[in-house]
Formats: sequence, C-alpha cells, structure tokens
Amino acid sequence: MKFLTLIWLLLAIPQASAPSSLRGLCPLPSPAASGRPLCRAAWSFDSTSGEGVSPEGASAFLSATEGDTPSQDEEINVPEIIFGHIGDEYEWHITEWKGKPIAIPLPCIVIDNGVKVFTVHHAAENGYTFNENGKLVNAESGRRPLDLSITKNVLSLMMSSLLLLIVILLTARWYKKHNALEEAPTGLAGLMEPLVAMVHNMARENIGEKDYRRYSPYLCMAFLWILFNNFLGILPFFPGGANLTGNIAITLVLALCTFFTVNLTGTRHYYKELFAPDVPGFLKPIMPIIEVFSALMKPVSLTIRLFANMLAGHIMILSMVCIIFIMAKYGPLLSGGMTVVSVLFGVFLDALECLVAFIQAYVFTMLSSIYIGLARQQH
Amino acid sequence: MNLVTPDLGLLFWMVVIFGIVFFLLAKFGFPIITRMVDERNAKIEKSLKDADEIAARMAAWKQEQAEMMDQTRRQQAAILKEAAEAKARIMADAKAEARAQAEKLVADAKVQIAAEKESALRDVRKEVALLSVQVAEKVLRQELQDEGSQRAYIDRLVDEAAEKPIHS
Repeated sequence: MKFLTLIWLLLAIPQASAPSSLRGLCPLPSPAASGRPLCRAAWSFDSTSGEGVSPEGASAFLSATEGDTPSQDEEINVPEIIFGHIGDEYEWHITEWKGKPIAIPLPCIVIDNGVKVFTVHHAAENGYTFNENGKLVNAESGRRPLDLSITKNVLSLMMSSLLLLIVILLTARWYKKHNALEEAPTGLAGLMEPLVAMVHNMARENIGEKDYRRYSPYLCMAFLWILFNNFLGILPFFPGGANLTGNIAITLVLALCTFFTVNLTGTRHYYKELFAPDVPGFLKPIMPIIEVFSALMKPVSLTIRLFANMLAGHIMILSMVCIIFIMAKYGPLLSGGMTVVSVLFGVFLDALECLVAFIQAYVFTMLSSIYIGLARQQH
Repeated sequence: MNLVTPDLGLLFWMVVIFGIVFFLLAKFGFPIITRMVDERNAKIEKSLKDADEIAARMAAWKQEQAEMMDQTRRQQAAILKEAAEAKARIMADAKAEARAQAEKLVADAKVQIAAEKESALRDVRKEVALLSVQVAEKVLRQELQDEGSQRAYIDRLVDEAAEKPIHS
C-alpha cells in the first residue's frame, strides 16, 4: 500500500505541473504552486486529524488559482470529502438532489443518565452537540456519553452480517435438500462452496487433522465476513460504501476474536512455551517477556494490517475521484485530460482493491489459522 | 486521531452482531457445508481409489485372458498336429497291413497252387506209372512168351540199369 501511495504521489506531481505549457490556453497556477498543494493533499490523508492540516492544503491550492480564475462559490474540500466517506456518520448520506441532501436518518442512541433515542437533526433539542470529530457530546458537560447509535457503519454492519447469514443459511439449505454426494452444487451453493472449502482446507493444513473441525467455523466466518464487507466497501452506492473493514474498531474485534480463540484454547505445551520456554539459563527471565509481548502483538498486527490496507484502498480510490472535481475548475482541456487519467487510475485501483479485498480476507484467516495451529501443537 | 481510536459504540455493535451471526452460522451454517464437502471429498477419493483398483484388476484380467487365449491357441495347434500325425500313422499302418495281408494271400495261394500242382503231378505220375506198368505188363506179356526173348529182355534191362540210374 505504501508503494502504491508512492506511485500515486509520483504521478500526481508531474500531472499537476505538466500543464504549465498550456498556460496560454487556460488560466493555470504556476507549476510550483500546483505541484505542492496536491502533494500536501495526499499527505494530509496520513495525518488523521481531518480538519486540522488538510483544508490548508486544499485552500492553498485554491488560493493559488484565485488571481486567475473567476471566483468559485464552492470550494472543494478534498479531506472533508474523503474523511466523510471513510469515517462514520449519524446518518447515511446517499446523494444530493437539487441542493438538498438525500440521507437515511439513523437513530442516535445515547446512554447518559437514561437511554435517549433521537435522530441527528434533533440532537440539540436533546441536549447534545458535536465535538471536532463529529461525535455526539453532552452539551452541558462536554463529555462523550455512552454512544450506541446506529451509525452508518453499524447499519452497514447489520446489513452485511444479515446478507452473510442469509447467503450461508441458503447454502446450507441447498445441502440439506440435495444429496451433495450425487450432484454438484449449483447457484449460490456453487458460489460459496469453493470459498468455504478453501478455508476448511486451510484450517486442516494449519491446525492439524485432529481438531481443525472445532476451529473451521470461526475461520470460515472470519474469512467470509471480511470478504463480504471488503467487497461491500468497494461498492460505491447505498448498500455498500461504508468503510467497515477499514475501521479500527471492527478489525480490533476480529483480531481479539482470534486472540481469545488462540489463547483460551491453547495446549499445555503452548502455555509452557509462552511462560517458561526451554532456553538457556541467562535467557530464562527475558524469554517469557518477549513471548508474551509477541503473543499480545499478534492481534495488534492483525488489527492494523486489515484496517490500514482497506483504509488506504478507500483513500486512494476517493482521491482519484476527487481529482476530477478539483480539475473541473481549470478549463475543459486540463480537466478533460485529468478526468481520463483519473478514470483510468480509478479503474485500476478498483480492480486492485478487488484483489486486495480477497487477499486481506485470506491473509487474516490464514494468520488466524496459523496462530491457532501454533497454540494447538502437542509437543 | 479519529481514525485510529476505536469507537465504543461500533465496538459494542460489532461484538453483538458478529457474535450472533457467528453463533447462528457455527450452528446451522458452516458445519453442514463443511461436512458435506468432507463427505464428498471422501467419496471422490474413494471412487478414485476404486477406479484405480478396477483398472488394475481389468488389466490383470486382460492379461489373464490373453494368456488363456495364447494357451488355447497352442493347445489347438498341438491337437491339430497330433491329429495329423495320427491320421498319417493310421493310414501308414493300414497300408502296411493291407500289403501284408495281400502278400500273405498271395503266398498262401502260391503254396496252395504249389501243393495242388504237386499233388496233380503226383497223381499224374502215379497214373503214368500205373499205365506204364500196365503197358509194360502187356508188352512184356506179349514179348516174353518164349524163354529166349525173356532172357534177352532181362539182359537188356540189366544193361540199361547199369548204363543209367533209374529216375525216381
């Protein structure tokens, strides 16, 4: 992912500076001024503060053009767009129609001296306001209540989980109704079987013939759940589009599931290796610390790997789309050219993200099965 | 730090929803699918093994059959050869026997002929002897009516006998 971001940056800089030769055709900022802000806009995705650094990049970019272009009423705030898409919201914003936003209102549920349920537009009436991250806070005390709101991510989580549930239960129904020994699965079952069988075989290889059946359902669940949500995240319109697997809370829960599965069902041998490994005397006090630390780092690495990969993918695709809108101001020639480039790169990145969606689901499951396999070693 | 701070609400809902879905699927979803997949894999494996075994058996059978065919053909050739030999032998035997029979018949016939010829000769000789004795008697009776001639005759006979031996 870093590598791709680098490619993106390398491409963004010459593209922004190249049209300086077209200066006579359309009003353009100087190459130096146009190169830097785009670059800064890209960097600002890494600084996760959202509001802090990034508008500066965009406004610097726009201010450089102010002298030449006719005045623009709306400024394109790239970080806001991107963070709006990858972040969480109290309503599901779908599109705008004639200047009015079309959004699915979602219930805010807060537990703060009793349960309160309201929509985001009635937050003020209920005594809540929003902090700098757009989260509900108590207007009086300024503290975060226990916020169990059905946000965009939670709704997406519900829908994707329901979808997975239905798909797998329908597949299971096919096996109940048909004799799988006599006929090959068709339709949905034919689609899902290779995936389930793949994870099942992975479990067998990594955990061992003896007790892989105990862990196979969890690994299947993790793999398919991540896969479904990764693909739904790539989908740009309503049922998808939420950045669920690029959210650290989600990946943290998944990684903790693996962590507890590994550490609560380990063999005696595993715990012995963890707390009293068979090493020379002078290493005896150090090794348990290292071992326990590495055991604790495993879920962290699982969390961050999935989260960062999916987040980076979303940001890259959104950036490509944003370039089109940024460039819309600079005359038909430049914006047309950049649109072609953006669309081509967008297609490339979307295809890449489809690959990454599968790979990350696979990697998470594979590592989980390997960790479980290590904890199930007998000697 | 909005992006890297896990949101408590989302955490809560994720645990609840993921837990429920996992519970349902681990009970009613995945085990059914994986069991069927395992069963089918086992069946396919077994079928392949069976097919291999059958193919091996078929090959063995084919070889056996070929061997049997070969043996039968050899036997057939041997029987035919034997039959031809027997035929030749029988024919040769029969010929030899026939020849022997014929020879024997001829020999018998010859012996018989010789015997009959002998007996006929003997008869003739006997007849001739009788006739000649009778003739001689008559001749002698006529010639030897006087004593002188008798004596002359005896002398002649004695001479003759002295000259050449009498033919048996």
